[in-house]
Amino acid sequence: MKKNFLIIVIFIFPFFIWNTSHAEDGSFHLDNAKIDLDNQQSLQRGARNFINYCLNCHSANYMRYNRLQDIGLSEDEINKNLLFTADKSGELMNISMDSDEAKKWFGANPPNLTVTARSRGKDWIYTYLRTFYIDESRELGWNNLVYPNAAMPHVLWELQGIQVYENNELSLFKAGVLSEQEYDQFVLDTTNYMVFMAEPAKLVRHKIGYFVLGFLVILLILVINLKREFWKDIK
Amino acid sequence: MKRKTNLMTWVDERLPVSSFIKNHLTQYYAPKNFNFLYFFGALAIVLFALQILTGIFLTMHYKPDALYAFASVEYIMRDVSFGWVIRYMHSTGASLFFVVIYMHMFRAIIYGSYKQPRELLWIFGVLMFLLLMAEAFFGYLLPWGQMSYWGALVIVNLFATVPFIGPDLAEWVRGDYLVSDATLNRFFAFHVIALPLALAGLIFLHLAALHSVGSNNPDGIEIKQTKDKKTGIPLDGIPFHPYYTVKDLIGLTVFLIVFTAIIFFMPEVGGYFLEHNNFVPANPLVTPAHIAPVWYFTPFYSILRAVPPIFNSQFPGVAAMGAAVLILFILPWLDKSKVKSIRYKGTLYKKWLAAFVLSFLILGYLGTVPSNIWGQIPSFIPLLGGLDLATFVARIFTIIYFAFFVLMPFYSKKDKTKPVPKRVTS
Repeated sequence: MKKNFLIIVIFIFPFFIWNTSHAEDGSFHLDNAKIDLDNQQSLQRGARNFINYCLNCHSANYMRYNRLQDIGLSEDEINKNLLFTADKSGELMNISMDSDEAKKWFGANPPNLTVTARSRGKDWIYTYLRTFYIDESRELGWNNLVYPNAAMPHVLWELQGIQVYENNELSLFKAGVLSEQEYDQFVLDTTNYMVFMAEPAKLVRHKIGYFVLGFLVILLILVINLKREFWKDIK
Repeated sequence: MKRKTNLMTWVDERLPVSSFIKNHLTQYYAPKNFNFLYFFGALAIVLFALQILTGIFLTMHYKPDALYAFASVEYIMRDVSFGWVIRYMHSTGASLFFVVIYMHMFRAIIYGSYKQPRELLWIFGVLMFLLLMAEAFFGYLLPWGQMSYWGALVIVNLFATVPFIGPDLAEWVRGDYLVSDATLNRFFAFHVIALPLALAGLIFLHLAALHSVGSNNPDGIEIKQTKDKKTGIPLDGIPFHPYYTVKDLIGLTVFLIVFTAIIFFMPEVGGYFLEHNNFVPANPLVTPAHIAPVWYFTPFYSILRAVPPIFNSQFPGVAAMGAAVLILFILPWLDKSKVKSIRYKGTLYKKWLAAFVLSFLILGYLGTVPSNIWGQIPSFIPLLGGLDLATFVARIFTIIYFAFFVLMPFYSKKDKTKPVPKRVTS
């Protein structure tokens, strides 16, 4: 039995050591985004931020507006407050910007953001949106620490203010509308929303998972006893 | 004459259902000393059924079209009722299928289940392993993410290394000059019908061969050699049903606990079951910095990378990778040992086996990381200076991997075996 246990441990072990970081080159340290998918208010604020600021250049067209009901918004609220680029809440989150034109303007087509939280990871988004700094050498005047030479300008500069990067340090050169704490919270809410948008099932799958596992554990006890009963006479 | 009117008799006169159940379940005698390693055969059947079942539902919503494939997978993940459960069952099932098959093969190797009279049983198994790899490879293109695309591109380009006909062969496989919609469509056809059908046929042959020769066991003793004189039933055999059906239920339930824990709590398994980069739609113009195959191919991928090109041709690496799988076919004739099971083999064999398992695991790990992960060997070392350290390590373990097989006729003959008891031990 001890030997079997050892074999099982050796066999299961590799599945529990993995690299959880999504960073592509790992050159820049990413801040941990302490998101909370149970916090509906944060998710709703994030949805508002995303639709107001991101969903002009970036589409999210694997996602339908009415999915936002999962984070506690009513269909009426969605229709009244969030439908800027669509007529019906059953539509996908499209944008009106033409992708060929966008490529001409920015040098790269702004990517679809629906599942970016799954490819880049939450920490990447959270850090990326907070590390823009002014850089005269770039066409649009902005650069980024997480994603050097990103084609995207700092869309949120009015909120965060303008940062400069000197002596390997970021510092605020001109204050924005939001304080540093408020801006971090703004980005955290947006990140939280993007994690939800990348996988809406994440809101429910843990809860269902506990029921399924509970059922299976009870089943296991039953089948172990069933086997014992049948095997009584085998020596 | 008493008229039998029950339904079963009526059916039995037309189809041998009762005798089939007797021959293959209630009076099929399996050795009584199976351990947990014997769960994996049954689990493989269950997984095959699950993959077919979830696959049917996925094909109802999936679109094998380069323009819509990625979006249709996301549609399944969010707009299809419980589509995410079905998709995660399928993706997790694929990875766990390989875990189960690797354990099943490991079991066969350590207990000598490939040895006479089970050579055909083993060959059908290796054939299924080959088809399963092809099935997984074709399936991996379907989500049409970056890793799907570039992984398929790398693997199809392996055909291009074949001398003389290579480039034409690769084009024939792709159906286009590059991996494209045509490739996606034919991979879909292979994935959903051609290979599952072939696998189903081979499963039948594998089981038919098994039930003809009977199961091996951890002692490697033929239970049919000691039968009860009156009944003709093997003394160490017990009916498969109910004894092993109820025992396999335990294995199945434990497996389902692991399976559902992954589905509901960590479906990506840190990027090993679902790679992060595969959530970026396929883009033929952007090559990912690091293209890694899914974990179950990595030992063989490592062997491919480890073999240096000869005369500017990558073909030797491709040939070595192919040989790493194909050599399994002749395993029954490489093993010259007098005993089947590891329990009665000597330390020489055990050392070789340990080296083989270690090399498989290390090659597997190295296949998941870039080859410069451990840096280069310092340039002052003659011959090896400047070579990636990980490549050097991969080469050593590739040699050990092949040595396990190639030298087996010698060390298995020389190995000091222990006497095998007449009856199974518990």
